[in-house]
Amino acid sequence: MTWVSNNLDLIGRLSVEHLRQSALPIVLGLLVAIPAGWLAFRFRLTRGLVLTVVGLLYTIPSLALFALLPPVLGISFLSEVNLIVALTIYAVAIMTRFVADALASVDPTVRQAALAVGYGPWRRFWQVDLPLAGPVVLAGLRVTAVSTISLATVGILIGIDNLGYLFTNGYQRQIVGEILAGVIAVVVIALVVDGLLVLVGRVLMPWSRRVRA
Amino acid sequence: MNLFADAIAWIFSPARLSGALPLPEAIWTHLAFTFAAVLIASAIAIPTGWAIGHTGRGRELAVALSGAARAVPSFGLVLLLVLVVGVTHKIAASTTAFVLLAIPPILAGAYAGVEAVERRVVDGARSVGMTPWQVLFKAEVPLGLPLLIGGLRSATLQVVATVTLAGYVGNWGLGFYIVQGIQIRDFTQILGAALVIVALAVVLDALFAVLQRVVVPRGVTAGRTPDDAPSRRRRRRAPEPTTA
Repeated sequence: MTWVSNNLDLIGRLSVEHLRQSALPIVLGLLVAIPAGWLAFRFRLTRGLVLTVVGLLYTIPSLALFALLPPVLGISFLSEVNLIVALTIYAVAIMTRFVADALASVDPTVRQAALAVGYGPWRRFWQVDLPLAGPVVLAGLRVTAVSTISLATVGILIGIDNLGYLFTNGYQRQIVGEILAGVIAVVVIALVVDGLLVLVGRVLMPWSRRVRA
Repeated sequence: MNLFADAIAWIFSPARLSGALPLPEAIWTHLAFTFAAVLIASAIAIPTGWAIGHTGRGRELAVALSGAARAVPSFGLVLLLVLVVGVTHKIAASTTAFVLLAIPPILAGAYAGVEAVERRVVDGARSVGMTPWQVLFKAEVPLGLPLLIGGLRSATLQVVATVTLAGYVGNWGLGFYIVQGIQIRDFTQILGAALVIVALAVVLDALFAVLQRVVVPRGVTAGRTPDDAPSRRRRRRAPEPTTA
């Protein structure tokens, strides 16, 4: 464990990088998944289409996705953009299902009541459907955040430095403590972000006590 | 789109049948690792999951475990185990990592399936004189099969992805072509191998999707009227798996 105490600044720097690289995909995932999830919830035709596409994207192993994106999007293979786009795709794939399920979990009678008191479709979505779907959306966001943070480590294979650096560097130099420190740092960051999301949920949605992820 | 044409040419080139790692051998080892890991994990996780679902004991622990497992970076776990167990036992160490990663989704599928069986079905089974074992194997297990297969499906995809990453520690599986391709800057090889991996993952996923439909007991689909369908609100899903 002397390795850890000698390299605290490295671990700190990589953790900040790691968080920065994970944050954008998580936020983008949520933003894209709200309309996509709504499409999957609202129309029978788009439901099959959206859920199939999302399911297919989800099956693609990360290393293979890194290889597929550059020729399709014209980006560089060994670039941070590649990592962030790939992580965003997985985030959208996980979140869309959750948003569709979340909207379906809203009691239809509430929706009808909103219609009856004069809510238009746009206002009803933002003021009735989405807040009531909130707890399930939050459960999805927690799953997305934790998997994105854990998955981002794979970026080191395409030359992007984050906590994954401790895995390959520790492996090459045969330092068990270094890899272990990387694994623990990733788990701790993931669980802290998860806890923060729970807190944010309590503040924004005081009416819901708990929904299981 | 020339890149894709080159990649497909790479896959079907006669050179793929020879060399340090012939393509058929890479596909075969990839599948062998995947099936071995999922089988070993099933032997551990399915009985445990059924016990948790049937008795209700240890449920919190299982939920916490499958939640925390999602945070564990699979690539780091593989490298850690290979280094700890010893570089001379790479196969055993990697397989252990794959098994550890496959256990949580299978466990979740097994207990969620049994747990989701309605209380009155269990009471009904008991009231016609079934023993606790009969209740488990004649009512709870068959009705929970779709969720169990869902868990196996997630575990398989997770392992396929992680075996790909394990190409970093040994020249086996389809991931090796990508890792090697990055080192020698051979993007045709990288893309070609990626296409084979995607095909493998999609085919396995599709097989599980079919299986998931097939295992629904006939009585459940035959007796179901639209009113009987469980409301979306009550329907439970196995927790989402991790990606790798």
